Amino acid sequence: MKILVCLKQVPHQDARLDIKSDGSWIQEESIKFEINSYDTYALEEALRIKDEKEAEVVVASIGPDRTTQALRTALGMGADRAVHVNDESVEGSDALAIAKILAAIGKEESPDLVFTGLMADDGNFASVGPMVAELLEMPHATAVMSASLEGEKLIAERELEGGALEVVELQLPCLLAVQTGINQVRYASLKGIMAAKKKPLDTRSAADLGVQELVGTGAAKIKVQEIYVPPKTQGAEILEGSTTDVAEGLVAKIKELGLL
Amino acid sequence: MDFKYDDDLQNIENEASRLAGQFDDDYWREHDEKHEFPWEFYNAFAEQGWIGVIVPEEYGGSGLGISHAAVLLNAVAHSAGVQNAASTLHLSIFGMGPVIHHGSEELKQRTLPATASGALHVSFGVTEDDAGTDTSRIRTFARRDGDHWVINGKKIWNTKAQQAQKILLLARTTPREECAKPLQGMTLFLADLDPNHCEIRPIDKCGRNAVNSNEVFIQDLPVSDDDVIGEVDKGFYYLLDGLNPERIVIASECCGIGRQAIDKAVHYAREREVFDRPIGMNQAIAHPLADAYSELEAADLLWQKAAWAYDTGEPCGPLANMAKLRASEASFKACDRAVQTFGGMGYAKECNVERYWRESRMSRIAPISNEMVLNFVSEHVLGLPRSY
Repeated sequence: MKILVCLKQVPHQDARLDIKSDGSWIQEESIKFEINSYDTYALEEALRIKDEKEAEVVVASIGPDRTTQALRTALGMGADRAVHVNDESVEGSDALAIAKILAAIGKEESPDLVFTGLMADDGNFASVGPMVAELLEMPHATAVMSASLEGEKLIAERELEGGALEVVELQLPCLLAVQTGINQVRYASLKGIMAAKKKPLDTRSAADLGVQELVGTGAAKIKVQEIYVPPKTQGAEILEGSTTDVAEGLVAKIKELGLL
Repeated sequence: MDFKYDDDLQNIENEASRLAGQFDDDYWREHDEKHEFPWEFYNAFAEQGWIGVIVPEEYGGSGLGISHAAVLLNAVAHSAGVQNAASTLHLSIFGMGPVIHHGSEELKQRTLPATASGALHVSFGVTEDDAGTDTSRIRTFARRDGDHWVINGKKIWNTKAQQAQKILLLARTTPREECAKPLQGMTLFLADLDPNHCEIRPIDKCGRNAVNSNEVFIQDLPVSDDDVIGEVDKGFYYLLDGLNPERIVIASECCGIGRQAIDKAVHYAREREVFDRPIGMNQAIAHPLADAYSELEAADLLWQKAAWAYDTGEPCGPLANMAKLRASEASFKACDRAVQTFGGMGYAKECNVERYWRESRMSRIAPISNEMVLNFVSEHVLGLPRSY
């Protein structure tokens, strides 16, 4: 069985995010990056299948040189092989173009299963996974809370509103976009890290994958106009006094606004 | 010149940070207050093979260099556990250095796999209160008794003795006055820390209280020839090999602690508002933090260069010593500024920076005082006459 896991490298959750002066994106210089948290759960799900049965786990990511770090980490955790699309012409791509690149890798690899995170911590689009599935003509499930293989089928639990779960059955090959917190993500052991550097990491360009016309700023159907931090609004009312006074004041305010 | 970590070092930093990051300030404050050894933290690192970073591969370790160990402990110290966290791992990683480099094949096979896996805890037994930095004056003595040795004496500052099964023990085997040189005549033993012959008394100390420091009183402790490291009477010289790596790694830990303190202080300075603006807008708050941060950056370069020199076989003594000096001073300054940035709350345990500050004080004294480092630099780097 072959499993493809799509990873994105995103700014570290503790990184301070400053917006570029032209408002196009955040300043990426001198901040740390890590694997998108959703994708770590996706990778862990794939590695658990590999723990159970014969499987090759291939990780794929798109990004500049620093992205090899994320892929090496994934290899250190137990993935077998990595594909890195490192190509400046990809910059400015929208979610569909990213999906087309990943789908091109999917067509080459012909995986039985594709895992992605539900969304990326930075962009919050939550659309690449389903788009990749459509491009590969695979069934897919989003907000996946659990996944178990049963022969040629995959049974997945999906998270619904209000804490309910939906159980779906998908025919392989299929794609799963994974929710966070669904498993305990493993750490790369020291020996795993040292073994990772001997594992194959292929660097590809958009042209290699035949998608050069479909990616980058020129092809983007969604263009980011501006990123900004909304100004702080005025009008907050501070309740002062003893704890009892504040509590009573708060209750009175809630009633006054008809919120109860 | 290339100042960038290679993929291995970067991955070590990332993964060690990620794992250490699971243990937060509450965990460490509680363990520090209760003087409890952080087993969960230790086991988490042992399970992933980190303890065996410098143990050769044929004995179950990863056989990596001091650079890798230093990056690991720098990342660990740059977490909520600061020195407590670093020391928890440090002793297990480095304590067995003399066995790795000078032990018999039989001793290595018997002890290094358990060292690499983290199962074997060894306390370091060199320092004595009557001898201090003048190690030639130690009084612990191993006398020959039939086919084995019997050791009597007292050691101080034995880290982790309460968890250790063994003690790396330096004892006189020939009286000082009978040796051609004062530092001859001492032998290094890997002895069992046998409770029937060793009494362990914890030292109540300023900080780093999750990892105990002890006095060990040794009475008629039997040790076999198999547990002698290298040759009899040459033990001190085996310890010398470990001094430079130890200073390099301590320096890396200091820088990690300092950065942890600066992270906390900067976050606070951005968030805390007094007189309707964040206190970080005040240069009296900002400049000392920027200054302390710059000193940490400089100290980082020193230990990294020293580690590179050691791993490539270049002379590293001056660099290792100066790295330890600069890093320990920079770390203490950073922690002190963090406490100052927090104002009154800096003195409160719940804000944690006072714990960092207490722990950062240690490396200005240990494993060697900064005054002795200055003596080394004066004499061996600048060529000035020896002062003692």
